[in-house]
Amino acid sequence: MPESLTRAVRWDTVVGALLVVVLLLSFATVDGFGNALNLSFLIGNTLPIALIALPMTLLVVCGEIDLSVASTAGLSGAVMGALWNQGMAIETIIPICLLVGVVCGLVNGLLVTRLGLPSLAVTIGTLAAYRGIAQIVLGSDAVTDFPTRYLDFAAGRIGDTFVPYAFLPFLVLLAIAVVALHATPFGRSLFAIGAGEEAARFAGIRVKRQKLILFTLTGLMSALTGVFWALHYASARYDNATGLELSVVAAVLLGGIDFDGGRGTLGGAIAGVFLLGALQNVMSLQDVSAQSQIVVTGVLLVLSVLGPRVARQVAVARAGRRAAASPPAPKAPTPAP
Amino acid sequence: MTHPSDTGPAPVLALRDVSRSFGAVRALRDVSLELFPGEVHALAGENGAGKSTLIKTLAGVHRPDAGQVLLDGAPVVFHGPKDARDAGIAVIYQEPTLFPDLSIAENIYMGRQPRRALGRIDHRATHEATAALMKRLGVDLDPDRPARGLSIADQQIVEIAKALSFDARVLIMDEPTAALTGSEVARLFGVVRTLREQGAAVLFISHRLEEIFAICQKVTTLRDGARIASEPLDGMTEDDLVRRMVGRDLEELYPKQDVRPGEVALSVRRLTREGVFTDVSFDVRRGEIVGLAGLVGAGRTEVARAVFGIDRRDAGEVEVDGRRLTNGAPSTAMAAGLALVPEDRRAQGLVMDMSIERNIGLTGLRTTVRAGLMDRGAERSRSLDWAVRLQVKYARIADAVNTLSGGNQQKVVLAKWLATGPKVLIVDEPTRGIDVGTKAEVHRLLSQLAADGVAVLMISSDLPEILGMADRVLVMHEGRLTAEIPRADATEETVMAAATGRAAA
Repeated sequence: MPESLTRAVRWDTVVGALLVVVLLLSFATVDGFGNALNLSFLIGNTLPIALIALPMTLLVVCGEIDLSVASTAGLSGAVMGALWNQGMAIETIIPICLLVGVVCGLVNGLLVTRLGLPSLAVTIGTLAAYRGIAQIVLGSDAVTDFPTRYLDFAAGRIGDTFVPYAFLPFLVLLAIAVVALHATPFGRSLFAIGAGEEAARFAGIRVKRQKLILFTLTGLMSALTGVFWALHYASARYDNATGLELSVVAAVLLGGIDFDGGRGTLGGAIAGVFLLGALQNVMSLQDVSAQSQIVVTGVLLVLSVLGPRVARQVAVARAGRRAAASPPAPKAPTPAP
Repeated sequence: MTHPSDTGPAPVLALRDVSRSFGAVRALRDVSLELFPGEVHALAGENGAGKSTLIKTLAGVHRPDAGQVLLDGAPVVFHGPKDARDAGIAVIYQEPTLFPDLSIAENIYMGRQPRRALGRIDHRATHEATAALMKRLGVDLDPDRPARGLSIADQQIVEIAKALSFDARVLIMDEPTAALTGSEVARLFGVVRTLREQGAAVLFISHRLEEIFAICQKVTTLRDGARIASEPLDGMTEDDLVRRMVGRDLEELYPKQDVRPGEVALSVRRLTREGVFTDVSFDVRRGEIVGLAGLVGAGRTEVARAVFGIDRRDAGEVEVDGRRLTNGAPSTAMAAGLALVPEDRRAQGLVMDMSIERNIGLTGLRTTVRAGLMDRGAERSRSLDWAVRLQVKYARIADAVNTLSGGNQQKVVLAKWLATGPKVLIVDEPTRGIDVGTKAEVHRLLSQLAADGVAVLMISSDLPEILGMADRVLVMHEGRLTAEIPRADATEETVMAAATGRAAA
């Protein structure tokens, strides 16, 4: 990316700063926000969005999207509940759930890459389909009697700190994702695909394979989130995580990942996730109804598409003024003899 | 400045001492220009000489900082492209922007179709008005045909018809021939001559000097934003014109070195893609530049795509240095030492929003890696090294490639591929739309590469380029290889005969 051009107003920095401002304001003005227990709730409740946002960011950077993530999470939770009811061991169930997610992601990926269908349409379809399968698998049961050890891990925090246990493995996954996107050839190829798919193909980048990998990873992470959700809230139901895709997409776009692909940073996306999480937490503390919270999420989604574009235009305008104010940069190297 | 027009017919459109700056860059400096009815006027200059700014000033996109635009001798101020269009000035761009799913007639009358009662579109009137325009231009295009599938030449003719439908008296043609083949150029020129005879004033921009001499009566040359000369073309030579453009004697445009070909580096056998090309076989040896000529649509680009693996082949084999290439896998072709500089540099050659550094780096994702991570230092030095070697003119290596001129963008594409150290280099229209100075540089580079033992396959619609650079010329016609002509026997006549199917080898 043209770092020097956009350094002036980078949207991900703006979102990071906004997150800090919201946190400080909330500490100062919202009763019950600043204590460690509430903060651990904030983080724990935001983790499902954050977990799925990791692969979603990579997917949107390469110009695709997956809206079936919440349904995949729901299906994974439903399979978990159904198998637990069958008396299977949790250590066997969780890998099976993850496998279900891999299959869900593969189906999305194959439909997009092999049949050339737009991912928006494909995953709206599988959003409905996976949720439907979840209902078939578990019916309207709610499975709650998972082993205490697992429930405690998913809902508990380290001592009296604000850090949930589950936050630590998330940090590891975050580190892996940051490195994968910003420091490996794989990540570099995703930016190229998102900014110019045909040029990427002509540079020998295996576009379809990269996309298939990403859809599969997204399915896997969604299923992991489904398992986490069922344990965190001690309830496996077919309608777990309904509507979560909206929050994930809103958070990722809010974090400055360009919907058209090719632009953004994972740091920005995660700042967007926790900004959204903090706002939701504050709204809950202030007894804002769940319906109104969804309205806020929706408005944020629209703003998040708008914001980075405005920021970029400001940056371009500034660069233009700079160029006008100073003599043109020296052309290097010298022209042909 | 003198204005030698007091006696003859008045210029329909003129610039008088126009200057225009962008920041500290003075794009136009006291430039004057006069366009007369019934005259085709060439605008010559290297990339960056100020041609685009001049065109945009005439078209109402830019307003001059100083000086005047004169319409029929009276000063006018265009507040936008619409003002210029209403004044009868139309610009035909290199790449027409038609709606592919609409018919020719609908494209021409978009947004202002003749109406019947209740505001319904009068399709018959639209059709007839379009047919009349086509007749006036002397071309045979069905007004109801969708724009999709029209050749670029025909698309430009539609744009010209659209301009006429606005009663344009001045046509500005910005490199209209850059993407056309010989016969298409002839077709377009026929239309331009018709327009001239009907009294239109035409401003014609082309990098192909022979076209300027073929169609224009006068030429204005720009260099570094200033007008060097405005003069009749009669009695001028191409060398005169080049000297005015570059301000010095140009080294030979086709600096072909004699090289003794080595062993076969690229071997293509019975390559077939159903319905596109059939049974194409040829070899390219180390040190050789092989030209691949033919009309647009003959299947040349498609052969290159299939060789490189962008498209799958239905039959046949491709070998690089004796290594058989996997079908449809550009990454293995690259690994075997094949490089393809594609025809459409904006969509295929470059990621336009990415930096120069990263664009060149895209072909190094396998090599500038340490312990699985990008080695940014190695990536930067590789990109810098090649940008400098190819004399790319840029401000910062981290600037997006869309800030560069066309010629420099093409150099970035070449840099990106030369950085892979290819054994076989396929270049598809390597000098399309770039100025004559850069063109000579590209040719010198190709020649040097061949001398260093690279096998070069050069697809080009620019016949002088093919004849000037190729050791051998392969010619395709309608999906088949119809001739192989050694350098000594290659002339415009022999190549065109094979390209149009009039002779078989």
